[in-house]
Amino acid sequence: MANGNLRSATISVLVENESGVLARVIGLFSGRGYNIDSLTVAPVERDGSKSRITVVTQGTELVIEQIKAQLDRLVPVYKVLDLSEGPHLARELALIKVLGTGEKRAEALRLADAFRARVIDATTESFTFELTGATDKLDAFLDLMRPLGLVEVSRTGVAAIARGVKTIG
Amino acid sequence: MDGTIATTELMNSGAEAILRALKAQGVDTIFGYPGGAVLPIYDAIFQQNEIRHILVRHEQAAVHAAEGYARSTGKVGVVLVTSGPGATNAVTGLVDALMDSIPVVCLTGQVPTHLIGNDAFQEADTTGITRQATKHNYLVKKSTDLVRVIHEAFLVARTGRPGPVVVDLPKDILIAPAPYHDPNGQPHRSYRPCTEPDPARIKEAVALLKRAKRPVVYAGGGIINAGPEASRLLTEFVRLTGFPCTNTLMGLGTYPASDPLFLGMLGMHGTYEANLAMHGCDVMLNIGARFDDRVTGRLSAFSPNSKKIHADIDPANINKSVVVDVPVVGDALAVLKALIGAWKADSTPTDKDALVQWWAQIDVWRAKQSLRYTQNRDPGSIIKPQYAIEQLYKATRGRETFITTEVGQHQMWAAQYFKFDKPNHWMTSGGLGTMGYGLPAAMGVQVAHPDALVIDIAGEASTLMNIQEMGTLAQYRLPVKIFILNNHYMGMVRQWQELLHGSRYSNSYSDALPDFVKLAESFHAVGLRAEKVDDLDRVIAEMIAVDKPVIADICVDEKENVFPMIPSGAAHNEMLLGPEHKGEGQPGVTDAGMALV
Repeated sequence: MANGNLRSATISVLVENESGVLARVIGLFSGRGYNIDSLTVAPVERDGSKSRITVVTQGTELVIEQIKAQLDRLVPVYKVLDLSEGPHLARELALIKVLGTGEKRAEALRLADAFRARVIDATTESFTFELTGATDKLDAFLDLMRPLGLVEVSRTGVAAIARGVKTIG
Repeated sequence: MDGTIATTELMNSGAEAILRALKAQGVDTIFGYPGGAVLPIYDAIFQQNEIRHILVRHEQAAVHAAEGYARSTGKVGVVLVTSGPGATNAVTGLVDALMDSIPVVCLTGQVPTHLIGNDAFQEADTTGITRQATKHNYLVKKSTDLVRVIHEAFLVARTGRPGPVVVDLPKDILIAPAPYHDPNGQPHRSYRPCTEPDPARIKEAVALLKRAKRPVVYAGGGIINAGPEASRLLTEFVRLTGFPCTNTLMGLGTYPASDPLFLGMLGMHGTYEANLAMHGCDVMLNIGARFDDRVTGRLSAFSPNSKKIHADIDPANINKSVVVDVPVVGDALAVLKALIGAWKADSTPTDKDALVQWWAQIDVWRAKQSLRYTQNRDPGSIIKPQYAIEQLYKATRGRETFITTEVGQHQMWAAQYFKFDKPNHWMTSGGLGTMGYGLPAAMGVQVAHPDALVIDIAGEASTLMNIQEMGTLAQYRLPVKIFILNNHYMGMVRQWQELLHGSRYSNSYSDALPDFVKLAESFHAVGLRAEKVDDLDRVIAEMIAVDKPVIADICVDEKENVFPMIPSGAAHNEMLLGPEHKGEGQPGVTDAGMALV
């Protein structure tokens, strides 16, 4: 099964919001040797009864099919949707702390403006930016910030949803 | 499950509510061991007579006993253990049941809810530890959830691909009053196993099978889980088609072993004809088996020229290790019904000439007699383990006989030489390969079938892993027979060391063994010993005749190996045959390979 090209998959899993459900999903990935590139989870129903887990993973087509089948057989799982099979939107949010003074500090602010990152906190020697976007946009911004005094990053991981009228429900 | 709205009734304690729920689920037997956290349940058990509690001597044995009970009856096996070490001791049994898809509900005690996470006495994170050891598990934190969870645990354990379910029960939940309701018949919120196969897939499968020139049916334990009717339909389908049929280790008994269309078991220690038929077939129909690595051998060389149909109730088993052409998701019974219907409805004639040729080829392979061995019958001769199994089989024919095994060489010889014509009569640890499974499993079978002959075919090393259960046999007068093929070695380990590690027998000699006859006697059982071939039939006859637990210590040839053998990493057509077949030019195995592997 190791043969074949690797692809990245963004999989949304609608689960019963019960204790241990996230551990079940994570344990499945670690126990079977699947990769987790990113994982997000939060309740999505008004009454808090269901949560949505979005996991970005990599594998061959067969491994990704396995991951979906293995997720689907977990008892508290309502639905598994492979968003990467169709057009979808994927976003993550990062909080980025950059320390610096002088020209570097000014350059960081200019680039942040170009990326539409918001300044949500500032001191005379630091900025904290908030940036939302696709993973590669965040990666590009962080690459630019690195020589300009990047000291800390907190990322949410990917949240994703299908384009158009299609829903997970 | 009548679909009516459940009415609730407040019970005096959670423990009473649990017992009532167990009764509603049809439970008549619990295998367990008490401890502080579950005392309220033991108190409730004491005050009723409908559910029998079998006190085991170790919690692992409780789970294996429940597995034996479940596999021989088709019902859910029930286990009750205390918190902490009670629960952790049960883990091996739970994983065993998970690997072999055996329905078990295991109730574990837990420290009171307010102490959880405080490293309290006999506290363990049972749901954390058993999450990957079960099909599903629950921690009950509210009395109002208790009965729903118990009913749900049974639903999850027995439906879809069956498996073990743990319900962790804090002591305060067992003591506080709890509402009781019957199962409400509502479908589960998120758990909806697919049991009915897609008719389009069945049609595709039949179209392939009708055109097959070299077909083979490969049937596994999923057919046993689908109930005895599924085995009957498998037999009907195979006879309808005239196709050859092979069984996995877990599937033995789903097709009558005495039938001429049966090729024997396949896989690492399968017959020559079964493995070469798998290798050479053009259409393979897998029902209820999962292309286990012990079955497939080297994946890249597995049945290279066949179209494969795979029917399995677990979608995650499909395309997991072997990519198939026609996946069918469904319960084996429903799949077989649909296959028989579609086969009869499809008027395409089969290729009879090709099938005749295929059988002629299979007969050539069969003529090799890959299970051949030589037993010297002269008085005083040493007993061959294969012969011991064959004589045991002959002596038990015509009786209602259940066989369990431990794990190792004796297990493979039992699978090869004992012929099963019915499902649910063969209990073995297939997936996990748990030494110490056979004695407690036999105990569970005997509890469910008090008048049947229940034999644990054992090795001297394995059986010592749960030998304390001799006490349970004595207490409940369970006349289980422990038939030890005693070769003074962990035989399968010794075999691999001989074949793969230059005969360096590192730590595989069973040194300082007990005297099994005296050991039996000390546990109020009967001990017998056969040292020479002329002792064997007498010992077997006596063992069967005694209405008590028996240990029969059968001293067998220490050097005997299990053949045929597909060494790890080899293909089906690279099988090693035994010493009886020296110089017969085995396909795919060079002389150098023979020496090395």
